[in-house]
Formats: sequence, C-alpha cells, structure tokens
Amino acid sequence: MHAIVCIKQVPETPSVGIDPKTNTLIREGIPSIINPFDLYAIEEALLMKDKFGGKVTVVTMGPPQAVEALKEALAMGCDETLFLCDKGFAGSDTWATSYALSKAIEAKAGPYNVIFCGKQAIDGDTAQVGPGVARRLGIPQLTYVCKVREVNLEAKRIVVERLLESGKEVVESKLPALITVVKDINKPRFKKLMGIRKATQAQIPALKPSDIGCEEDNTGLAGSPTEVVRIFTPEPRKGGQVIEGEPEEACDVLVQKLMEAKFL
Amino acid sequence: MPNLRVDEKACTGCGVCLESCPFGALTLEGELARIGDKCNDCGACVSSCPSEALILERPKDRRPAVDLSSYKDVWIVVEYEKKGVSHVALELLGKGRELADKLGSRLAAVVLGESVSRLTDELFAHGADLAYIVEHPSLREYRTDPFVETAAHLVRKYKPEIVLMGATTTGRDFAGALATEIGTGLTADCTGLEIDAATRNLIQTRPAFGGNIMAQIVCKRHRPQMATVRPKVMELPSRRDGRKGQVVKDDVALNEESFMTKVLEFVQEEGMTVNLADANVIVSGGRGLQDPANFKVVEELARVLGGAVGASRAAVDAGWIPYPHQVGQTGKTVRPKLYIACGISGAIQHLAGMQTSDIIVAINKDPDAPIFKVAAYGIVADLFKVVPLLTEKFKKRLGR
Repeated sequence: MHAIVCIKQVPETPSVGIDPKTNTLIREGIPSIINPFDLYAIEEALLMKDKFGGKVTVVTMGPPQAVEALKEALAMGCDETLFLCDKGFAGSDTWATSYALSKAIEAKAGPYNVIFCGKQAIDGDTAQVGPGVARRLGIPQLTYVCKVREVNLEAKRIVVERLLESGKEVVESKLPALITVVKDINKPRFKKLMGIRKATQAQIPALKPSDIGCEEDNTGLAGSPTEVVRIFTPEPRKGGQVIEGEPEEACDVLVQKLMEAKFL
Repeated sequence: MPNLRVDEKACTGCGVCLESCPFGALTLEGELARIGDKCNDCGACVSSCPSEALILERPKDRRPAVDLSSYKDVWIVVEYEKKGVSHVALELLGKGRELADKLGSRLAAVVLGESVSRLTDELFAHGADLAYIVEHPSLREYRTDPFVETAAHLVRKYKPEIVLMGATTTGRDFAGALATEIGTGLTADCTGLEIDAATRNLIQTRPAFGGNIMAQIVCKRHRPQMATVRPKVMELPSRRDGRKGQVVKDDVALNEESFMTKVLEFVQEEGMTVNLADANVIVSGGRGLQDPANFKVVEELARVLGGAVGASRAAVDAGWIPYPHQVGQTGKTVRPKLYIACGISGAIQHLAGMQTSDIIVAINKDPDAPIFKVAAYGIVADLFKVVPLLTEKFKKRLGR
C-alpha cells in the first residue's frame, strides 16, 4: 500500500497574540506548525499503513523552514518525503500549487493507492488545492471525509462518509482517489522515538520546478492566475455594552434589544 | 529565497511592515527591513509600506494570453434542494445582477440535475435573464466528475466572464475542480465582490488567517473569473413574480461508466438542526456548561429562537457534543444574524469562526473573558441562571 499525504506548514494562530495597545496581532516569533487538518490526513494514511503495510510519502511546498513539517511527519511514522522549495514556486496561488504538487507526485512518488489532504489550511482557508491536485492527476476527489468505512486494495474500492452541511453522504469510489479529511476522522498520534531519530537523520533535498518536470511559467507568481492586489486589516470588532444588573433585569433588557432587531 | 525584496534606499526602517506579515518573516536590522526565511511571497506586506520600499515583482507570464473580450455574462451556478433554490444561490443572483448591470451584460443561472426545469421561474423572479439547463440521469445528485464535466462544457461553449457559486461544501468541491479543469483563477469564500470599471476585472475580497486579514484578489489574464462566495453575506434580492427569462437547454454526452464514484446514501443529521450554515440564529455552548447533559439548556434556547446549536472546540473535544456543531478554526465558519455564546471564553480560534455574525451576545461568568470584546451585548453572570431565563422570556414574547 502506498499512501501520499500533502501537507502545509502554517503559522500557529497566536492564542494570546493581540497587542493590547494597538489592538493588532503580534506576529513576531510565531511558531510554525503543520496545518491542523493535515495532521488528520497524516494519521489516516498511517492507519492505512498499520492495516495493510506499505509506506507513506509526505509532500509539501514551502520556504526552507517548511522542511520542519516534513521532519515532524517522519517522526509520526511517515516513510518518505518530497520537498518543493525554490524561488520558482514562491508566491503560488492554489492553481499553481496544485500544479506543482501533482507534478511532483507524477514525477517522484511512484504508483499509489490514495492521496490524503486536510480539508483546508488554516491560513488561506481555500480548500482548493486538494480538488486541484485530484483533477490534474485524473483521479476522483472525495472531500470533507469524516470516516473511511471500507478499503479494498485488490478491488480498488473505497467507501467513505462525507460531512456536509445537513448530514453525511456515503460515497463509494474507485482507487486511487484523493481524500480531504475533517477533524472528526481520527486522533493524530504523537511522534515516536524511532521516528524522531529517523527525522533527525533524514536528508531532505529541495526540489525545484525543473526537477519535477514543471513547464516554464506554470509555477510561482508567474504561473498563478490570481493576484493579491491589496491586503488590509479589518476594523477590529468593537465590544458593545455589558448589560448590568441582576440576571432578571439584564435578561429583560437583552430580550428587548434583540426583539428590536426584528429578525426573530 | 523569495522574490520579495527591500528597496534599501526607500526603506525608512519604520517597521510598519513587520506587523503586516502573517508569517513573522520580516524583521528590522540596522534601520532596514529584512526578509527572513519564512517569507513565501504572499505579498501581504507590499501595500502596508508607506514608502513603497517592498517590491514583489511578478515574473512575466510568457504563456499566450487569453482573448478576454470574447468572454461575456455573469453566471451563477445554482445549488438547490427539494424545497427549491438554495438561499445562497438567491443571494448570488442579487449580487450577480448588480455586477452584470455594471458590466452591461446578462445574468445567467446554471442549473444541472436530473429534472430541474421547475426551478427557472424562481431564478427569473430573482433577477436571472437566462437559465442554462442541463438534465441528465448522471446528474441526479451532486458528484464532482459529471458536474464538472458538464459545467466545463458549458463554460467552453458560452464563455462567461464571471462564474460564481456559494462557498458551501458542494460549491467548494465543485469550484476547485472546475477552475482546474478550465485553467483559470479561483478565489475562495469571498465576502465582497465589485467591478473595477477601468479594467472590467472582478475585485474579490476575502478574509484569510481566520479573518484577521482581508485580501483583495484579481484574475487579470484568465477568464472566466471564478469565485465562491460565503453564504449569508450578500443581500437577498427582492422577488418579482412573473419576471420572464430565456431558457437555454443544453445537452452533454455523459457516460455513466466513466464516473468513478457512486453516492450510496445520505444520512440526515439526527436530532435538532445542525445546519449552522443556514441558521439565522446560533446558540453555542462551551466549557462553561461543565457537563454534556447541560447542553439541553442551550438546545432549549436555540429551539425557542428557531436556531441551531453550536459549540466551542473545548466542548467538542470533551465529547459533549458531536463535531458537526463545532464553530471556529478547525470547525465551521458561521455568519448568523444572531450568535449567542454561552460559557465560551472566546479564544481567537473560536472568534475566527463567528466574528462576522451580525449580533454577538456573550453570557459568561468571567468579566475578563475575551468574548466580551467582540460581543454587542454581554451579560456577566452564571449561564445556568441567565440562559433558562432568556428561554422563558423569548417563549412569552415570541408566543412559542
């Protein structure tokens, strides 16, 4: 069995990172982490390896420090890595990112049964790269998966549950397929001692666009159809009033205010 | 090494850019901004610099350009259910009408399904000039491949300038695949859309980093310009019954044998409403509930208000309530008219999922809880007193 996992390194959301004076986010020294949804993707791939044997290859694209995300995945038990890191990839939008990832998988990963991704990354929140990779590789995509019900590698068949707005959809698909996962699917394991040792020793070469057969001008800023033209910080939402008084009175005031808003 | 560079002559070392970088990649060194290892060329800093010292040159795209002028009309890809057209599709018809009028083009609704012609009057009543209809047994329920194949056929044949759909699970599944298939840009989960009159480009505004940053994105060289749009942001257009439009029925040769997926069943979420995306009112519970059984206090209020039940990550991780209820960074992003947070402290990850709600109410014992910083109305008190009281009072006022 060969499972591939696409992951992204993201800045951790600071839990206490608001500068009280300026009311802006404090960004200095923010640790980088594996995108939380991608941890569930890694775990799901490792569960398949536990069951069927085989290997897990983890793929990422990012600046030099993103190698740490790959090492962490190795420490969790993944076997191989592909690291896309070059000026030619920098600034890629989701179109160019899915292009580069799919090229790397085609050129370097070998035959595979399944690709896992997190449903979206917590920095960009697009949920577009997974579907993009699947489309380019010509394999079915199964998004928002909260449970893998059945896998049959010989019959090349998988049955999953997809978590949609109003319920769960049960879908059967042929393999290989690309699956994006939500949080509910499993509990990611901790790093293993053996894995940490392996991660420390791992030599992870940086791949550039020409190494994986990318056509010129299809990656990075040049290859991205979309362009960020302006970034701004939204007005911080202002807290309103705390309604004083005993619960009884406070509730009366609140009910009155909300009734005035007319949507109830 | 990133493409971003600092014009050392122009940089004044003011440090404004440091704050703009979501990755913490910028530092000051000897009165000059320095770009660190973490930079990924996102460009967030460029517009923050008062002296235009940060330069991100886009390498020239030498691929042949698309003839932009051959693309016309604004399209809304319509999601629907048994009851009829989905709420977000109607919202998009409202926004789409405005964009089409600015561009002097037509607004078209695209409906794919097994038997969907019944929906056209509803679409015309909400502003569509025409409706592209494709009916085929393979389109009975949404599946990525047949829907994308059909939509790609329509896009190639009729060449729309703009294609919009709701940023729902289905909308995002579909849009990501369709944009890749036809080779154009796609912007996710937009909360603002406007036309740049000079270039006819669609300026797409969207939140990133959990809403801490807003980005404006354009797709200059490719058509159609595609975006998914967050539900409940655009205003519902008024309905004009009897308004007429043109129906264009198209055929596409779909081969069921070639599709690799099959929907086996749909399991409706049990119990009370969990559809947080559609709810006008959400009542959420957090760690302050102390016990899973206490969620009934929250459920009761939600029921009286006709709303859905949400939860903080703490409550979900403790196993008090299933994951589909989780609001926040690793759960759902919601935008109801009224969000009532009961016993939720308001960690930044939770705020990321609900801070664009119209009215936020916070009920918490701790006066210093960060949730009060975003709440329009707060009550500092024991939620077990306050929430049942609210339920009683609303019951009386609403006659429920």
